[in-house]
Amino acid sequence: MQARRIDVAALEDPVEALFDRGWTDGLPVVPPTEARVLRMLEGTTRSPQDVVAVVPPDLVECTVEKAAINAVMAGCLPEYFPVVLTALEAICTDQFNMHGVLATTMSVGPIFVINGPITERIGMNSGVNVLGHGNRANSTIGRAVQLIVRNLGGGAPGGIDRATLGHMGKQGFCFAEAPSAWTSLAQEEGFTAQQNTVTAFAGEGPRLLFDQQSRSPESLVRMLADGLRSTVSSRMVMGIDAMLVLSPEHLSRFIDAGWDRSRFLTELSELLIIDADDIIVGAHGIDEGIPTGFAGLQLPKFRPGGLLIVHAGGSAGLFSAIIGGWVNGNTGSDPVTKEIQL
Amino acid sequence: MTQNLNAVMLDPTAETQPEQRPLCDRPSTLQGLTVGLLDISKPRGNVFLDHLETLLSDQGAEVRRYVKPTFAKPAPVDLRHEIATSCHAVIEALAD
Repeated sequence: MQARRIDVAALEDPVEALFDRGWTDGLPVVPPTEARVLRMLEGTTRSPQDVVAVVPPDLVECTVEKAAINAVMAGCLPEYFPVVLTALEAICTDQFNMHGVLATTMSVGPIFVINGPITERIGMNSGVNVLGHGNRANSTIGRAVQLIVRNLGGGAPGGIDRATLGHMGKQGFCFAEAPSAWTSLAQEEGFTAQQNTVTAFAGEGPRLLFDQQSRSPESLVRMLADGLRSTVSSRMVMGIDAMLVLSPEHLSRFIDAGWDRSRFLTELSELLIIDADDIIVGAHGIDEGIPTGFAGLQLPKFRPGGLLIVHAGGSAGLFSAIIGGWVNGNTGSDPVTKEIQL
Repeated sequence: MTQNLNAVMLDPTAETQPEQRPLCDRPSTLQGLTVGLLDISKPRGNVFLDHLETLLSDQGAEVRRYVKPTFAKPAPVDLRHEIATSCHAVIEALAD
């Protein structure tokens, strides 16, 4: 290992020493001792000096060793480390545009969805409180990536991270998709159910979509569409993507009625056609809006492929969640799915 | 006192030192200087820059206008190079 050694005085508290140096995300981190980092490196077959990615905003080459140090600090176990490395690779691409995700004043951060057998093997949560806290793998994988961006890439809040509000998911937002009768997010991206993948998405915090009374798919899809229309802004169309997290009970409304993912998306998309006259500048007394040149048109809320569907959550509860995205396409950030190299 | 088991830690940073560059001297006059105005491609940034162009021109500066392809990414290297080699000063406009 080649990293600089830092001697901590006998009477100094290592945890406080790490705070003092500005190397934490506001929560205590695990002191990265040689023994702990060596154990982390056992989680991958890659050489410690291999370069994993060039990390924005300072465009620093991150070696496996530097990633391992930050993964220790985040609280990862070695078996999570391949997921951390792939998640880092995913955000350090032109497609994901991590520099822009950091620098924007919008409240977005990298969100990671994990698919494949590795989720069960490393004990990830795809069930109760899936978008919340309480599971070590979920809580620390995304955190490790964010610590690398901060400590190695130089992307700290108040510096290059200019979010006006931010959200607590920027501490590290990672969860597993639950298997279902529908194809998974990774399968939609061309991977098999047996491949382990990370999907990175630039997103805000999750918002609940409440519907406890719909028993038919026709009713529930209308209610979901109603909630999705205001994703990020009711006046914004096509320019942002979103991730819809369908809970098991909501998903069962569609599966029990014989709807597959494709039909669901078709029906939902038809309900998400927006009358431009309602959202142009000045409509209904609101100055925010799309240019008046769009008047008279019918516009889709999301671009083709711009709504990512994920199945996760506890087995009881008639709620789903929407995670709004950021500027999409070449001018912003596109979701990235990569296979995890064990 | 028990031994501090965390006594030696590994540095999680890039271990680089940023290059220190002093600020340029503030020009005493704008007369004859070339000032670049960089539009970041956000709505209404041009309104602000149009006004600045008028004010700067009135003070004798030559104004050149530049546009970033998107506000969501850093300015391309070629554009930064062109501004750095063509202008004495640059103003980058935010918007909204």
